Amino acid sequence: MKKKYLTPLLFLAPSLLIIFCFVIFPIFFSLFISLTDFNVHSLVHWGNAKFIGLANYQQLFQDELFLKCIGNTLYFVVLMVPLALILSLTLALLLNLPFIKFRKLFRTGYFMPYISDSIAISTVWYWVVSKDYGILNHILSWFGIPGPSWLADPRFAMFAIVGLVVWRSLGYYAFLYLAGLQNIPEQLYEAAEIDGASLGQKIRHITIPLLAPTTLFISITSIIGGFQLFAEPLTLTNGGGPMDTTKTIVLFIYENGFRYFKMGYSAASSYILFAFIFIVTIIQIKFRDQEILY
Amino acid sequence: MRQTIVYGEPRKRIPPKELTAKLIVHFLLIIGLISTLLPLFWMVSTSLKTQEAIFEIPPRLIPKHVSIENYINLFQQEIDFARAFQNTLIVTTIYSIGALLIPSLAAYAFAKLRFPGRDQLFLVFLATMMVPSQVNLIPNYLSMKILGWLNTYRALIIPPLANVFNIFFLRQYMRSIPNELSEAARIDGASDRLIFFRVIIPLIKPALATLAILNFTGMWRDFLWPAIVATDNSMYTLQVALYTLFGQNQASTTFGVVMAGAVLVLLPLFIIFIFGQKFIIQGISMSGIKG
Repeated sequence: MKKKYLTPLLFLAPSLLIIFCFVIFPIFFSLFISLTDFNVHSLVHWGNAKFIGLANYQQLFQDELFLKCIGNTLYFVVLMVPLALILSLTLALLLNLPFIKFRKLFRTGYFMPYISDSIAISTVWYWVVSKDYGILNHILSWFGIPGPSWLADPRFAMFAIVGLVVWRSLGYYAFLYLAGLQNIPEQLYEAAEIDGASLGQKIRHITIPLLAPTTLFISITSIIGGFQLFAEPLTLTNGGGPMDTTKTIVLFIYENGFRYFKMGYSAASSYILFAFIFIVTIIQIKFRDQEILY
Repeated sequence: MRQTIVYGEPRKRIPPKELTAKLIVHFLLIIGLISTLLPLFWMVSTSLKTQEAIFEIPPRLIPKHVSIENYINLFQQEIDFARAFQNTLIVTTIYSIGALLIPSLAAYAFAKLRFPGRDQLFLVFLATMMVPSQVNLIPNYLSMKILGWLNTYRALIIPPLANVFNIFFLRQYMRSIPNELSEAARIDGASDRLIFFRVIIPLIKPALATLAILNFTGMWRDFLWPAIVATDNSMYTLQVALYTLFGQNQASTTFGVVMAGAVLVLLPLFIIFIFGQKFIIQGISMSGIKG
């Protein structure tokens, strides 16, 4: 009986130890902290933290800045996800055409931004969308469009961030779509052709329904990623400017926790983020189970 | 009559309509590719410009005079970039090794050993993947503070090693190895340690290579955790150093130095991508489809 556990335990011990210490325990500890007023004084002496029940959560839902951060984050997701889906699907459909030359080269090229890191790529983007010296406004000027001051104008700052994120993930999502497209049996198209279906009809009635699992995966990944938007607005708009129009939930968590050291409050807001992501994950599981019926 | 030996459909002449369509599609793809790569190209180009040339209106895509002054400046900043590069290299390398060894041991237990509670434990591990990492930031920061690990390599390496995805990924791969192989070795009297190192590890080499690349590039890109636990200049990672450099130069005439820093941060990632593309794409499609 003892021996039955010994070998597995030896293999599992390192993982169990670090995952317990840095993942499982913190999940509960964070919940506990969120029920206290842990702040800068508590950092010096833990005894200074008081248990305050759900007060942090109550305060969060009355905190206009936090509500604004939720709104901004949702706005970002609503803009970014459909745009990323449409563009990446279009790109994948084009790349999948049988006569495309240099397909690998295209795939590699489109993929490049995806492997970049958020900070470096944000500094580059900052320079691309710069009002007077940026290449974007310069190109717009060829078409007679006066480019705005993207990052300083509250109306446009979020668009600049959406542009960055879509540009960066396009190649990755298109790659996932390409893999999905290759799984669609050729016979389906041939059958449709015999029935006289047009290209548009084939895409609408064969390609898009059969790509549904890929679309679901991309949507969920990008929604969850979108909820965690952080480094891009931190860099591009100096932590959520102008006028907090690009401040996201994670920026709120970060600022409260590590700038103002209101750690109880910050932990509570991280649990709200968790709730959002949890809902999205549940929806994914529901949908995925339905998918099997196809 | 050689003409009759045409493969598949006869395609002697491409109808002009089809030819136009092909050209248009290629044209669109090339335009898309250029706009995708343009920001990266512009980063390199800006980093090679002199200070005055950066602020030319209209902006010049290719610098008139190529200058490496930004790169020289980069290493004469308040922030020690060479040191940051070294820190990142040390942290990512040690992390990548640990992130192969520790999860592959656990994956072996989950994939090849039988013990009560195995599947339940695995489910608990999987369930933690639903929790966004931001939830753990404050507790882990406090742990680092109590342990006295703030501004040490340990803080940068050890907490990120708690990575359930790696276990999941390797377990999936190990399960695809037929049990007969390990069982045969077991009948011959091999211990689990021997089976693990001599039978399993050689068979999962492609998965290990994929994971090594994903972990290395993932760690190279990590920003939030290092920004919290490495607050001392000498412990900055490249990401934190670049972010700080950006903060100091964004509004001034020295933006070229930021672009030089970005090139330095991105170059290793691009090199790894070009050479390890096969593994990266394999890994992404595996993790992507499994979801």
